Amino acid sequence: MSTERSTPMIEVKDLRKWFPIHAGVLSRRVGEVKAVDGVSFNVGRKETLSIVGESGCGKTTAGRALLRLIEPTGGSALYRSTPDAAPVDLFQLSQEEMRARRDDLQIIFQDPYGSLNPRITVGNAIGEPLAVRGIAEGSELQDRVEELLKLVGLRPEVANRYPHEFSGGQRQRVGIARALALRPKLIVCDEAVSALDVSIQAQVINLLKDLQDEFNLSYIFIAHDLSVVRYISDRVAVMYLGRIVETGETKQIFDDPQHPYTKALLSAIPSPDPSKRSELIPLTGDVPSPINPPAGCHFHTRCAVAEERCRESYPESVDLGAGHSASCHLLS
Amino acid sequence: MSQDQRTESAPGGAASEGEREALLQIEGLRTWFHTEEGIAKAVDGVTYTVRKGETLGVVGESGCGKSVTALSVMQLVPTPPGKFEGGRILFRGEDLLEKDLEEMQKIRGNDIAMIFQEPMSALNPVYTVGDQIMETVMLHQGLDKVAARERAIEMLKRVGIPSPEQRVDEYPHQLSGGMRQRVMIAIAMACDPALLIADEPTTALDVTIQAQILNLMRELQEQEGMSMLLITHDLGVVAETAHHVAVMYAGKVVEYSEVNELFARPHHPYTIGLFRSLPDLASEGERLNTIPGIVPSAFNFPSGCRFRTRCPIATERCAAEEPPLVPLEEGAEHTVACHHLKEALEL
Repeated sequence: MSTERSTPMIEVKDLRKWFPIHAGVLSRRVGEVKAVDGVSFNVGRKETLSIVGESGCGKTTAGRALLRLIEPTGGSALYRSTPDAAPVDLFQLSQEEMRARRDDLQIIFQDPYGSLNPRITVGNAIGEPLAVRGIAEGSELQDRVEELLKLVGLRPEVANRYPHEFSGGQRQRVGIARALALRPKLIVCDEAVSALDVSIQAQVINLLKDLQDEFNLSYIFIAHDLSVVRYISDRVAVMYLGRIVETGETKQIFDDPQHPYTKALLSAIPSPDPSKRSELIPLTGDVPSPINPPAGCHFHTRCAVAEERCRESYPESVDLGAGHSASCHLLS
Repeated sequence: MSQDQRTESAPGGAASEGEREALLQIEGLRTWFHTEEGIAKAVDGVTYTVRKGETLGVVGESGCGKSVTALSVMQLVPTPPGKFEGGRILFRGEDLLEKDLEEMQKIRGNDIAMIFQEPMSALNPVYTVGDQIMETVMLHQGLDKVAARERAIEMLKRVGIPSPEQRVDEYPHQLSGGMRQRVMIAIAMACDPALLIADEPTTALDVTIQAQILNLMRELQEQEGMSMLLITHDLGVVAETAHHVAVMYAGKVVEYSEVNELFARPHHPYTIGLFRSLPDLASEGERLNTIPGIVPSAFNFPSGCRFRTRCPIATERCAAEEPPLVPLEEGAEHTVACHHLKEALEL
């Protein structure tokens, strides 16, 4: 697998998404929310990269800006459809070119209730991408839809039903079937299993893994549930206030976290084993507002080991070897 | 898990401390909803006990009736369509279902307080947080305005809100999610209740804030000797917080035990399946165990054992006969409702 990963499928560099803040009678621009502020990561073929962090850290915005569902403010995203293909910068494509590229790049949303149109049968919802792209029509389209339903573990007969007739887990399967319709290479899973009950969540996670094996899919898995992330990911990027503070192989992040924020985040997961009630590294206070992030290292206001220099400058990313890196002054 | 382990196991709870006195005993409670589509038996024969100074964790998936049971204790179930069809809710030995509205109003807030999942919708946006704490203590404890304001500031301080003298005059929208949940706890604790019912208190919060709130709840419990009924779908939260656990499925308790005992030796096929589907406990590369199918609808539960439609070891007996919730062995605290305990242990 390492050879396949040597040329990443997607290379994101310095991705930024700033939202303007307007105020006053003239709606003058008075500042911006730096929701994503210089994020870089790679995703290899058949690889799962998880982006984790607390609400407001920018993980969802990063995923959507990558697919240009919201226009990024800056940065680049080099995409190679095959390992030998010349890279294209997704952010430089015209709207139309981007639309064609979305055959390869799909997304599954968190809320299986909000992401399906209640007036459209699930068969039509799944078939829509195929019809829009002119790939299949008529009975061929119907066959493809049935095949997709079977693929995600639903009976083909349900194609004529409406979303309200399905449970949350089943709707999420419909969302997955729709994302798979155009045979994508990468799927952004934005909190795709967060709304599901634990036994149903396990079914959907297994399904995602099976589909990855079958179609060599890459996933960008955006989540806040770290136990799911540990299970599903090859690599993990931890975000805090718009920036990646630590990234590495899943094992490195969970067994040997280096950034104080990662350590605190991991210690906060309640362990489902009462004999190991966790040693909590307390994080006081809340995540600061991204409108006005603290100077220096964004995390210093909640960090137990912050020093003078942490208040002054943002730490460079420190390479810890074997693909593991973290942005903390105390590591350099 | 083998048969031997089961027989040699001394009930963990009895080993850790002597039996504590019961504060809340729910016995065979049935709360049904009569709707146009039929009768939804949301709570259909629930039995569990909350002891003094202890936390009972109630776990289960959406729709298993865990929240409706709690709302029944507070008598906050809208009637109609809700109706209590049977059972008793004994609080300090008195049946709450026999209390009239006025008596219940005295108990709510004073003796039993409740916090909810969504702190934003549970707080009134047009009143300051101070007003909302003051309202509680003025109503229940008859304090005047000045004393109530002092009490409000004191409560905010106790739940760890920085600069409480200023925060007391702020509105809910000025606070973060974690701070709002602290305010909810301050309101609930303002009258020193004997029992705090917390319905998914940390589900809407980020994990670092969740850890802060759970810590706070544990500390307050230790200081006050209060009992807690903690309703959650998160087995990790239960493992860290509860002394005893009731596992609910389709309107019933299927297993009840001391927490260490339950996590070490789950007996009901549903509990076993639930634990196995946790990604935390799966080793690397291993497929997650899943419970096939979905939770049955409350309008139409299967006959006999309600889990049988998803159970790997169900037999004809399970369809014909409903298994009672019985102790694992004579006098054991650990109770399970399953016809096939021996087979379940081999799962």
